[in-house]
Amino acid sequence: MNSIRKHDLLLLALGIVVFAVLQGLISARIIGSFWQLNLLIIGINVIMSVSLNLINGYTGQFSLGHAGFMAVGAYVAVVLTTNFHAPFIAALVAGGLVAAFLGFLIGLPTLRLRGDYLAIATLGLGEIIRIVIMNIDYVGGAAGFKGIPHYTNFTWVFFVMLVTLFVIKNFVNSSHGRACIAIRENEIAAEAMGINTTRYKVMAFAIGAGFAGVAGGLFAHCFYIINPSSFTFMASFNYLIMVVLGGLGSITGSIAGAFVVTFVSAALASWPEFRMIIYALVLIFLMFYRPQGLFGYMEITDFKLFQRFKGGRK
Amino acid sequence: MEFTQQFVQQLINGISLGSIYALIALGYTMIYGIIKLINFAHGDIYMVGAYIGFFAVTQAHLSIVPALLISMVVTGILGMVVEKLAYKPLRHAPRISVLITAIGVSFFLEYTSMYFVSPTPRTFPAVMDNVSFHLGMFVINGQQMLILGITFVLMVLLTYIVQRTKIGKAMRAASFDTETAQLMGIDSDRVISITFGIGSALAAAGGVLVGVYYNSIDPLMGIMPGLKAFVAAVLGGIGILPGAVAGGVILGVIEALVSGFFSSTFRDAAAFAILILVLLFKPSGLFGKNTREKV
Amino acid sequence: MKFSKKSLRMAGLLLGAAMLGGIFAGCGNEAKSDEIKIGANFEMTGNVANYGSATLDGLKLAIKEANDAGGVNGKKINLVTVDNKSEASEAVNAATKLISDDKVKVIVGPAVTANVMAESQVANDNKIPVIAPDATSPSVTVENGQVKPFIFRSCFIDPQQGNVMAAFATKTLKAKTAVIYVDSSSDYSKSLGQVFKEKFEAAGGKVVMEEAFLAKDQDFKATLTKIKTANADVIFIPAYYEEVGKIVKQARELGITQPLLGTDGWDDTKVVDIAGADALNNTFFSSHYSEKDKDVQGFIEAFTKEYNHAPNVFAALGYDAGKMLIDAIKRAGSDDPEKIQKALEETKDLQVGTGKITMDKNHNPIKSAVILEMKNGSKEMKEKIAPEG
Repeated sequence: MNSIRKHDLLLLALGIVVFAVLQGLISARIIGSFWQLNLLIIGINVIMSVSLNLINGYTGQFSLGHAGFMAVGAYVAVVLTTNFHAPFIAALVAGGLVAAFLGFLIGLPTLRLRGDYLAIATLGLGEIIRIVIMNIDYVGGAAGFKGIPHYTNFTWVFFVMLVTLFVIKNFVNSSHGRACIAIRENEIAAEAMGINTTRYKVMAFAIGAGFAGVAGGLFAHCFYIINPSSFTFMASFNYLIMVVLGGLGSITGSIAGAFVVTFVSAALASWPEFRMIIYALVLIFLMFYRPQGLFGYMEITDFKLFQRFKGGRK
Repeated sequence: MEFTQQFVQQLINGISLGSIYALIALGYTMIYGIIKLINFAHGDIYMVGAYIGFFAVTQAHLSIVPALLISMVVTGILGMVVEKLAYKPLRHAPRISVLITAIGVSFFLEYTSMYFVSPTPRTFPAVMDNVSFHLGMFVINGQQMLILGITFVLMVLLTYIVQRTKIGKAMRAASFDTETAQLMGIDSDRVISITFGIGSALAAAGGVLVGVYYNSIDPLMGIMPGLKAFVAAVLGGIGILPGAVAGGVILGVIEALVSGFFSSTFRDAAAFAILILVLLFKPSGLFGKNTREKV
Repeated sequence: MKFSKKSLRMAGLLLGAAMLGGIFAGCGNEAKSDEIKIGANFEMTGNVANYGSATLDGLKLAIKEANDAGGVNGKKINLVTVDNKSEASEAVNAATKLISDDKVKVIVGPAVTANVMAESQVANDNKIPVIAPDATSPSVTVENGQVKPFIFRSCFIDPQQGNVMAAFATKTLKAKTAVIYVDSSSDYSKSLGQVFKEKFEAAGGKVVMEEAFLAKDQDFKATLTKIKTANADVIFIPAYYEEVGKIVKQARELGITQPLLGTDGWDDTKVVDIAGADALNNTFFSSHYSEKDKDVQGFIEAFTKEYNHAPNVFAALGYDAGKMLIDAIKRAGSDDPEKIQKALEETKDLQVGTGKITMDKNHNPIKSAVILEMKNGSKEMKEKIAPEG
């Protein structure tokens, strides 16, 4: 028990150091506004990819509709802040809760499906969510919701990201997490061993959806305007690629995946046609030669360097 | 009286739309039936077919039928090449890898095409006179009849190939049980190649017909129809050919009815809603048999 | 599972390289003192890539002409282009990059209203003027009764177009009933639909049905069948040529013979390719200029010579924006953004590609509108309407 606590505190300390360094760079204007914006996007993408990893990587459920939950969280949050002048934190939490609830509702019936069918079903659900939002005039419909206050800044994104990582890491290392991994490895065997597979699948789905909703709230307050077209299945694919690139089943991997994909996207912004072609080729190449992604199932703390800090493991 | 008139007119609209979905769905269902892969890139094969048809008509000045044939042949070959390069090496890889590769192929086809032909939609020149037939109060135009006609011919041809030829028998056997088929001496690689070829050719036909009917094509035109065709295939029973046709037509009709009587902005949602309902209540589709997995 | 040192190193290198590349990409890009840096933030990929590209082509022509003539105030204009992928969030990203990395003095674009709105905040915060060439929604320049100090536009606004078409419908076509069919994914289309409805009903007409479609739709027959049953005198379709072409074609195929009305989004020769000349007979739409107008010939010839195809309305508006900008820089005598802003506000009787413009106090140009009628595939000027001052 103690070794885990010590471990967490160390990671938390590391997180605060990284934050202080980056925030310092931003305040000193060494990092220009373009890269500042990208830091925000990276943070949000990390939350999205880690939450998706919980569903796809740790529980082995192939969900392609993650952007739908992000959309729900985003719209709930902006309605609360712009129309009801709610505080930012309340809006984010509300967005996350509504998304989580939706994940729960959706998960119950659909998680009966397996593999490819689940993939297409979740893709369809993500689209249905987007299309429904597009038809609601109260939130601007297809033309989007405008006039959103610019609450998101690096501090918010970083700390929400830390919270997300903390929660998911602890979930994964708990008995619930182990149940999910068991389900991923062999669902039938897990069921035979007495694990209530439906319960854990829905749990992972709802938690993942909830964090996606929070990320959505953060995203919405970045750009003064949001539009259903930011939440299509192409966006879902984007997050999926981050997870797969980093390694399904590795939190470090999802973080790395989010970094790499966002950087590559930003760096190639000046050559839009090539960006997607390169993207596509990288994906295919990756699946051929390293389908487990950059980190596979490993975490960065599994490496020898960190073993000394972990304690309890010789 | 007005309601019935509108209803029947929407039916006519829907059946034409549905025939196109049927053509694409046939390819999806054949490919899934044989290697259990949802070929995300299938919609983009349809798009490439449309463009080849476009260039055949505008650059080579061919008329519709030769353009259609050329497009089908070239796209069929493209489908086989894609299979050989991208899917064959991953035949024994985990499903998620193949799915992601399919997504990669899809992006690749879309954006490479965009690079070469520009994202601006191209207009298909009119290849036949715009004749409208008025049957009483209903209107059906020449192009709708062309779509129905060509779709019918292709389906008859496909049925013949699948039911009456040796290769068709091989395809049926391989989609039922690939390993046993191999034991029986069937070259599964070759069969899979041919399945991709035929599926892609059908999608290409759909693409050219869409170009003729709606007049405009663009590099991203395949995404939505591709997804909807998958829904159609699932609706009819994945792996079952007549199911794909039935599914396509039914989906087209439902879309037309939702657009006409409710709101056309929900039409895509209707397709996905059908998918969810089918998967939840009758995953084997309309024509499928319930096979229970025994543990 | 084995995790080889080699792949670890590869992963590390990849990450490191990506990050270094990113940081270096952000450095440099200082303006040379003998050039004027202008930013172009346009939709080059994504949903409305055609509008962005066309507008950019027009803008580039204006700048090329100025540079060929020796530049402005003796300096050449350096146009930095960024793609906003037709998305609002990317428009903000693009604007931020142009302002902080490329250090541009003015930004032209984006093309569509939603993206301009997104970019406005960044521009205003950084005191960089923005010229919106095509966005016609009034809220682009005026919000809550306040004029946004750094945002300008070079085209007319929706209320003017909507008024013009509603008046045309009731006075010239003597229509009593109308159906409005809008593109619900476009602010432009929705706000025009609203303006038309208000004016039409104020003039005694009745809007009997309102329907919507989405951009990129191909099949409109279902909704058109429904619209046909309404039997209205006119159908108003304030949308862009890509969908309009198909709508007009399919409407005629279904036997809808009434006059079809539209707005400047119709103005592109492709609409004839898509719909066919016959289907377009008996359609009228408002626009910024008529090709037969002698004032516009110079621009049309220059554009066709440069790009090997005729300009559409977006290209013309891009050109106008370019001319407006160049004139402002000339009068400002420097490339200081605040001086340019002042000069833009004082634009008066400037001859641009599509006519003469004067900037009004809301940062909108005072321009005349024309109503064009399609006759056998070519645009005939039906009416020219002077601005209401």
